[in-house]
Amino acid sequence: MLTLNGVSKTFFPGTVNERQALSGIDLTLDAGDFVTIIGSNGAGKSTLLNVIAGTISPDVGSIQLAGQAINKISEPARARMIARVFQDPQAGTAPHMTIEQNLAIALTRGQLRGLRLGVNATRRERFRRELSGLGLGLEDRMTHRVGLLSGGQRQALSLLMASFTAPSLLLLDEHTAALDPERAEAVLRLTKQVVAQGRLTALMVTHNMEHALRMGNRLLMMHEGRVIHQLDAAAKAKARVSDLLDLFAEANAVLADRTLLG
Amino acid sequence: MLAAIDQGLIYAVLALGVFLTFRILNFADLTVDASFTTGGGTAAVLIVNGVSPYVATCAGLLAGAVAGGITAFLHVVCRIDPLLASILTMLGLYSINLRIMGGPNIPLLNRASVFSQLSQQRLIGTGVSVALLALLALLLKLALDWFLATDFGLAVMATGDNPAMAASFGVNSAFTKLVALMLANGLAGLCGALMAQYSGFADIGGGTGLILVGLASVILGNALLGTRYMFLTTLGVVVGSVAYRLVIFFALKTPFLKAQDMKVISAVIVVIALVVSQSKRVRELVGRLGLHRSRDDLPEPMTVVPNPFSPMASIDSTAFVATTVSGEGGAASRQTATRSSFDSVTLPDEQTHPVLAQAKPEGQSGKEAES
Repeated sequence: MLTLNGVSKTFFPGTVNERQALSGIDLTLDAGDFVTIIGSNGAGKSTLLNVIAGTISPDVGSIQLAGQAINKISEPARARMIARVFQDPQAGTAPHMTIEQNLAIALTRGQLRGLRLGVNATRRERFRRELSGLGLGLEDRMTHRVGLLSGGQRQALSLLMASFTAPSLLLLDEHTAALDPERAEAVLRLTKQVVAQGRLTALMVTHNMEHALRMGNRLLMMHEGRVIHQLDAAAKAKARVSDLLDLFAEANAVLADRTLLG
Repeated sequence: MLAAIDQGLIYAVLALGVFLTFRILNFADLTVDASFTTGGGTAAVLIVNGVSPYVATCAGLLAGAVAGGITAFLHVVCRIDPLLASILTMLGLYSINLRIMGGPNIPLLNRASVFSQLSQQRLIGTGVSVALLALLALLLKLALDWFLATDFGLAVMATGDNPAMAASFGVNSAFTKLVALMLANGLAGLCGALMAQYSGFADIGGGTGLILVGLASVILGNALLGTRYMFLTTLGVVVGSVAYRLVIFFALKTPFLKAQDMKVISAVIVVIALVVSQSKRVRELVGRLGLHRSRDDLPEPMTVVPNPFSPMASIDSTAFVATTVSGEGGAASRQTATRSSFDSVTLPDEQTHPVLAQAKPEGQSGKEAES
């Protein structure tokens, strides 16, 4: 499904600030894989997602998605296949537009947008159905502006908008980090639900080891731009947070307080 | 007074364009000052040369659209800041406009115009002209409503509202900006062509300061009718344009103000409208008068130049981080702290602001502080 071969990225090469964010990443995702990525600060997790999404272009290495090399494709064009949910709940939605207008933008992901009505009766019916799946009562507030929603509601909406058009790949960039534990939990439940329902292939970056173990069927541990450990489904099911900490200790990784405290 | 309403309705065409760029696209486009004259000049030259006034009016619209296209090109391709790109176009167009017109002024008295029928029957400045121009303004307003409700129109809105989000859903922001700027300046050109025929001349300085007139109309109109529904928002722009002309009309009636004071009156009206629309107390008062259905539709204060590096942007983000870092003890108190520190600044709309919109019901936040 997704294949990365020898992907490297160095920021500010040749200066004192030179930093190798990714060094020789090889990664293969099969269709339906849900991979969680964990790592210390500056391990290159977010850079990896940015490289896949096309926000950053790698120095060397190739990226293939669904058998097609996507290195040269621009970010808006990749958006047809790749959906994203960001850490900041404000990033994934347009605050002054209504819920149904936001959903209409999401529905026409990567398509040529013409002069048909963005919200018509058929689409409204579909939006209502999709929103009621969230269980947040948003289906009764479809003409409300998204800016009126709480962070958790906006993140749930972002997740729905990212996933309901069945993208080839779903990228989740610490999408629960800005929420309080209760809402983070709700959004995680929802993540599980939409990934399972849509049989999506997904990559989820997180700072929370417990979340990384609980979600998905594979786990990657990153440190200093490399993948230092990979756990498959069986190993992941057995592993505990303390095991992950030991693995990090082996790699001399200094973990952020946020990671340790969960 | 009916003549003032006539003018207000013609300038409403331009105000709708200003609304599209400033409010919807969040693009501080000053090109309209010049594209108004481009449209008026083009139409006047064609009419003097015997072209049908209807064709000339359409040509004025197209000339304005081309001017908007130049600003879009400077911004999208040459990556020049919106404000600067539009000022550059405005500056350059002054010379181009003189070239088009062949002189600083083209008189159109006794020439054929789209208003010929009306003026022959002495109906200009009567209820008939008001009704016809109101019909035109309303048709354009409805066309804008429809455009903004289409898939492409929504993409334009998203480009203005959250560019990163729009890009992540595959919106080509270069194209949405180009189309919106061409439309807005096409409306300005159309307005110039109509105004030249209405007033009987096209003048090189005719567009000076019109961007402020457009802004004043948008602000006044949104203060009067709110921004909750697009139908009322764009209607408010038309109403605001008429209201603006009426204010000027009555101001000039006072004994010590003369016609030459019009620009300073315009500037003062815009300042008052801006201050009033940002004042919380006035907005609450307007809300209590029952003109608005809920607090949700109170007009947002106008930020004329969108700038991510402004102090407002940093206040915005720090306040947000402080409330969302965790739900542990103190979250509630931190929320109130950021809220009060924010109050002293009072910039964005309270309802749509992330921190304030996030504030939970009291019982819930109390429970959270305990845990």
